[in-house]
Amino acid sequence: MSDLILEVKGLKVSFATKAGSVNAIRGVDLELPRGKTLAIVGESGSGKSVTAKAIMGILSSNGAIDSGEILFTPKGEGTLSLEKLSKKQFRKTVNGTLISMVFQDPMTSLDPTMSIGKQIIEGILAHQKVSRAEANRQAVELLRLVEIAEPEKRMKNYPHQLSGGMRQRVVIAIAISNSPQLLICDEPTTALDVTIQAKILDIIRSIQESMGISTIYITHDLGVVANVADFVAVMYAGKIVEKGTADEVFYDPRHPYTWGLLSAMPSIDVKEEELYTIPGSPPSLIGEVIGDAFAPRNAYSLNIDSRIEPPMFKVSQTHSAATWLLHESAPKIGPPKALAERLEIMRRRNG
Amino acid sequence: MASEPILAINNLHQHFRVSRSNTVKAVNGVSFNIFAGETYGLVGESGSGKSTIGRCAIRLYKPTSGSISFCGQDISSKLSKPASESLRSSMQMVFQDPMSSLNPRKKASDIVGEGLDIHKLYSSKAERDEKIIEMLELVGLSKEHADRYPHQFSGGQRQRLGIARALIIKPKLVICDEAISALDVSIQAQIVNLLKRLQKWAGTAYLFIAHDLSMVKYVSDRIGVLHLGYLVESGTTREIFEQPIHPYTKSLLSAIPIADPAAEKGRAAISYDYASSGISYEDGDDRLVGGTHYVRATEPEFALWAGSK
Repeated sequence: MSDLILEVKGLKVSFATKAGSVNAIRGVDLELPRGKTLAIVGESGSGKSVTAKAIMGILSSNGAIDSGEILFTPKGEGTLSLEKLSKKQFRKTVNGTLISMVFQDPMTSLDPTMSIGKQIIEGILAHQKVSRAEANRQAVELLRLVEIAEPEKRMKNYPHQLSGGMRQRVVIAIAISNSPQLLICDEPTTALDVTIQAKILDIIRSIQESMGISTIYITHDLGVVANVADFVAVMYAGKIVEKGTADEVFYDPRHPYTWGLLSAMPSIDVKEEELYTIPGSPPSLIGEVIGDAFAPRNAYSLNIDSRIEPPMFKVSQTHSAATWLLHESAPKIGPPKALAERLEIMRRRNG
Repeated sequence: MASEPILAINNLHQHFRVSRSNTVKAVNGVSFNIFAGETYGLVGESGSGKSTIGRCAIRLYKPTSGSISFCGQDISSKLSKPASESLRSSMQMVFQDPMSSLNPRKKASDIVGEGLDIHKLYSSKAERDEKIIEMLELVGLSKEHADRYPHQFSGGQRQRLGIARALIIKPKLVICDEAISALDVSIQAQIVNLLKRLQKWAGTAYLFIAHDLSMVKYVSDRIGVLHLGYLVESGTTREIFEQPIHPYTKSLLSAIPIADPAAEKGRAAISYDYASSGISYEDGDDRLVGGTHYVRATEPEFALWAGSK
């Protein structure tokens, strides 16, 4: 691994609640090479958003990083240990300028009482020493970059005058207004229609290429992941259970949870009566989880799963999965039949 | 399909007068039928009028013109009290956001049992409880859940409650308005399977309103594609997916993401812009493509599309 912009090592995050301490992240390791896109996938409650918030330094006040490191290396500068920064330092040096974030719901991330032009200019003026006129010029340019027609006119509009897709474009414009090096997109298209979703993903991709930004996507939609990701990390119950390049995870999945996620996606090629579903629901993360957190929902679980948590087994240089099925003395089990069929179709389609 | 449709919508128009000079034409001359026990999927982008149609069907709006009949009886005008009561016990709705559609101060058992209470569908308290527990178990919840409040459930479980509430009175038609859009993919699959299973159990027909075509494909027998208040194309699921005719349908289908990186990165989405396409929905008529497949087009448009497929 040569040029990493972000490296997360053994990150643990917990939240103090009335019911006890919730261990939302139980040891996460991530690497993101510069200029690439990483997608973090998982169900709600798997800890994918919490991971992003820890990187951004915007955990809620009852949350704390218990251990681990978040190493961020911006271009031409030394490595920053983000977990050591205070909220104030984050605001001053990282948020918006080095790392910025696009949230799921564009209506709640924009201020309804301010024109969108003002909201974009606000961010520029806060971080750059430029005149108001120059900031205004930059804002128009940003709107043009996110492909909003007639940007000069739109500057005066308020969020309620724009459609959902337009609003999300404005949010993206604000996020990139200070040329960050890392962009975190938390479910950026979940609230949007498919046709608009495709457009937004295109815009993010072209900005990423032209500005050389590295991106982290957080999503539960594997279709989006297939579209954008170079690397994929699958999260379950606060841990990464499988990671690798997009091709490795989609074409050669090894973890039963990944099998489940892939099978549950409706496919337009395959004709099945019933969609596959993962039985049960995610475990409570209050207190310690003994053994493999996924074992109770796993049709392929082994005896050892209920006692000892599986380590990450390496499949290739870039691909690894945390399941005892990859241990040399485990029974040889492949993906379920329905998924195997789909993989076969993909193999044939892609030659 | 020889039998009479359960729901027949004929030339429905729904206009909202926003101000003296501005009228929103949400639905313009939409017609379709739903037969007993089948699922009709209504797809389109936001603002296409799909929810408005659902709401007209369940009498939340009074249609501007056109007729809606349910089991042969016209329901688009004012109904007598017994008629509207019997209608409510045979048509139900499941909403998108399960949190805002469940009363936070009621227990799960009372939410699910409300339909039974209103329509007096039990003779003793024991029978009511038995029915509620049976329904909870059918939707994959258990007896222990009966005394909980909505905030104690997860999103998927809340949607199960919403479905249980709608189906406990065994309605003939359930309108699912974006019932799965707010859920995770893996939970969506659970809910879709549940809806299919309950359909077999209760013999219900569904009007399934959604913008996600890949899910609609799984549940629907027939599909109607809606754009700007016009039904631009309709037919069986197979007809729509295998040989779409209308450019808008083609663009919708091309926008579905595929969970396959190589195919997805090479996927070219067909863009469609009504304003610059030169297509006029107003001038078009429904033209038969074959089977039950209809497309809204003018004569030259139809010749062009049907010829170039």
